[in-house]
Amino acid sequence: MPPPLIEVRNITKIYQDDGVATAAVNGVSFTIESGEFVAIMGPSGSGKSTLLHILGFLDRHTDGTYRFEGKTIDDYSRLEIARVRNKKMGFVFQAFNLLPRVSVLENVKLPLLYSDIAESQWDTMAMKAIAIVGMEHRVAHEPAQLSGGEKQRVAIARALVNDPELIFADEPTGNLDSKSGQMVMNALQKLNADHGHTIILITHETQTAEHAQRIIRVRDGKIESDERVTSRRIATTQFVK
Amino acid sequence: MKLQYSFKTALAGLNTNKRRSMLTILGIVIGITSIILVMSLGRGAQELIVGQIKSMGAKTILIIPGRQPKGPTDFVGSLSDTLKQREYDALSRKVNAPHIIKIMPIVFGSEALAYGNETYRATVFGATYTFGSMHNVFPSEGRVFTEEEIRTFAPVAVIGSKVKSQLFGENDPIGQNIRIKGNNVRVIGVFGGKGQVSFLNFDEAAMIPYTTAQRTIFAIKYFNRLMVETDREENIPSTVQDITTTLRNLHNITDPSKDDFFLQTQAQAMATVGAITGALTAFLAAIAAISLIVGGIGIMNIMLVSVTERTREIGLRKAIGATEKDILTQFLLEAITLTGVGGLIGILLGASLSFVASLILTRALGQAWLFSLPISSILLGIGVSAGVGLLFGIYPARQASLKSPMEALRYE
Repeated sequence: MPPPLIEVRNITKIYQDDGVATAAVNGVSFTIESGEFVAIMGPSGSGKSTLLHILGFLDRHTDGTYRFEGKTIDDYSRLEIARVRNKKMGFVFQAFNLLPRVSVLENVKLPLLYSDIAESQWDTMAMKAIAIVGMEHRVAHEPAQLSGGEKQRVAIARALVNDPELIFADEPTGNLDSKSGQMVMNALQKLNADHGHTIILITHETQTAEHAQRIIRVRDGKIESDERVTSRRIATTQFVK
Repeated sequence: MKLQYSFKTALAGLNTNKRRSMLTILGIVIGITSIILVMSLGRGAQELIVGQIKSMGAKTILIIPGRQPKGPTDFVGSLSDTLKQREYDALSRKVNAPHIIKIMPIVFGSEALAYGNETYRATVFGATYTFGSMHNVFPSEGRVFTEEEIRTFAPVAVIGSKVKSQLFGENDPIGQNIRIKGNNVRVIGVFGGKGQVSFLNFDEAAMIPYTTAQRTIFAIKYFNRLMVETDREENIPSTVQDITTTLRNLHNITDPSKDDFFLQTQAQAMATVGAITGALTAFLAAIAAISLIVGGIGIMNIMLVSVTERTREIGLRKAIGATEKDILTQFLLEAITLTGVGGLIGILLGASLSFVASLILTRALGQAWLFSLPISSILLGIGVSAGVGLLFGIYPARQASLKSPMEALRYE
C-alpha cells in the first residue's frame, strides 16, 4: 500500500522573536489521502497559515515529522524541494499574485518555465488549464483588465497547469464578493471531483470550509476537531463568460 | 530553468518599467559614450600625426640644429646656426656617410608677402626643387624652379593656394612679381590646396630656392634643416650613426649630451607619437571609466529597489518552483541587460559623436581628420558595460535569490 499523500505526526513550529518563543503550531497530527478535499479552518492567528507553509515546503517545522508521499523535507535538497513545488504542488493565494503587465496566457505558463517540459507543449497545456477555469475569452488580457473573480480563476489555472497532485488554496475567496467566491469554489470542486486533484483549502469562514469533504479546525496552534462535512455545500454558480 | 527563458523573463521584467530602465542606464550610456569618443578621437589624432610623419618618407632623416628640446617650452634649441655649408660638404663625402644619396638644405622663416596693396604673412620656405615632388605635392599651375635657378640664386617662388587667393584673388599670379623683404620675387607656380604635409603647410607658404632664401631674403649663412635621403630604408640606422659621428667630429663634441644637433627619423617620430597619443588616450579613457563606476552604483541602487518592490513576485516564483539559482540568474540578467543595452547605446552615440567631431575637426584644421572606430573600443565598451552589470548586479540578485517564498503568501 502506498504511503498517504500527507502524513503529519506531532509537528510543532516555534518562532523565536526577541528571545520569546511562540508556538504557532503545537503538536499537530493528521493524514490526508490522495484525492481528498480538506479545509483547514481557524481564526486569524490560529496557526493555519503556518501549517500551510510547512505542508507546502515553504517553511520548516521545528519538531515532529511531516511526510509528503512518504518523504520528509530533509530527504530533499533545496533544488529537489523546488522541483516538488513545481511538479506536485500548486498554490492559489488570497491576493492572486499574478504578474502585472503580462498576459493571462503568460501568467498561466509561468510554472512551466521552471519545469523540464518542452516549450512546444506550453501553449497547449496552458490553454487546457485556462479552459478548465473558463477563461479562454481572456487569454490575451492583462491582469489589470480582469475582475477579482477572473484573476483568481487565472491563478487557479496557473496552479493546475503542471497537473500537480496537490493544490493549496490560501483564503482563495477572501478578496472576492460572494458570487465570484462561488465561482472560485465551483472551480476547486470541479478540479477535485472531475480531475482528481487533492485540495487543501485554508479559510476562516465556515461557509467556505463546508465546500470541502472534511474540515480540520485549528485554534492556538492545535487541532480542535477533524471531521467529515455532513451537509457539504456544492457551488453551483457557473462561470459567466 | 533554461538560460533563454531566464533572459526572456529578465526582458519582461525590464519592460514593465521602461522609463525607470531607461533612466537607470543613462550613467552607463554616458560612460561608454565618453570612452568610445576618447578612444576614437585619440586614434584619429594619432592617424593624422602619423600621416604627416609618413609623408616625410621612410628613407629620410631630418637633421635639426641645436640640442634636442627637453619640453614644449624649451625652444632655445631651435634657435641655432650649427648647420652650415661646412656640414653639408662633410656629409656629402661618401667616406663619411656612404648611404646618403641626397642632401636637401632647408631654410625657412615667416615673412610678409606683398603684391600691389595686398600683404599676407606666410612661411617663406627655401628648399631644393625636389622637396615638393618628394612629398607628392606638385604645382597645379605653372612649374617648380629648376636646379639651374637654385644655382643662380633666382628670385622665383611657387606659392600656396591660400597665398594666391590672399594676394591675387581671382587673377592669374603666374609671371607677376611679389615683394618679400623688399626683394622682387617672380611667381612661377601655384601649389593646389594640399594643406599640411610633413612640417610644412603648403597652402600658406611660398617655396623658393634655398640659395635665394639664404642669401637674398634672410641673409644668413646657416640652414634651418638638412634633409637627408638614404639609398634604402634598412640603412637608416647606420646612416644615423654616420651623420652623428661626422657632425660630432666636425664640432669636436665628445660628450653626447652636448650635441648641438639632433636627428629625426620616421620610425622614431612615429614611436614617440604613438607612445604619447596612446598614453593620453588611455589616461582620458580611464577618467571616463570613473563615470562607469558611478553608473554601476546607480544600477545597483535601482536593482535593490526593484528587488524589494518585487518581493511578492520573487516569492511567487519560488512557490511555483523557481530555484535560488533561477532567481539569481533572472535578476543578474536584468542588470547585465540594462548595462549591455546602455553600452550599445553608448557605442552608437560615441561613434556618431566622434564622426561629427571628425567632420568639424576636418573643417577647423583644414586637413582630413579621419573618422576611425577602433574595434578594440567596441569590444571594450561591450565588455566593460556587461562587466559593470555583473559586478553591480550580483549583490541585488543575491538578495533576491535569498528571499523566502513565504513572503508571497503573506497577506498585506
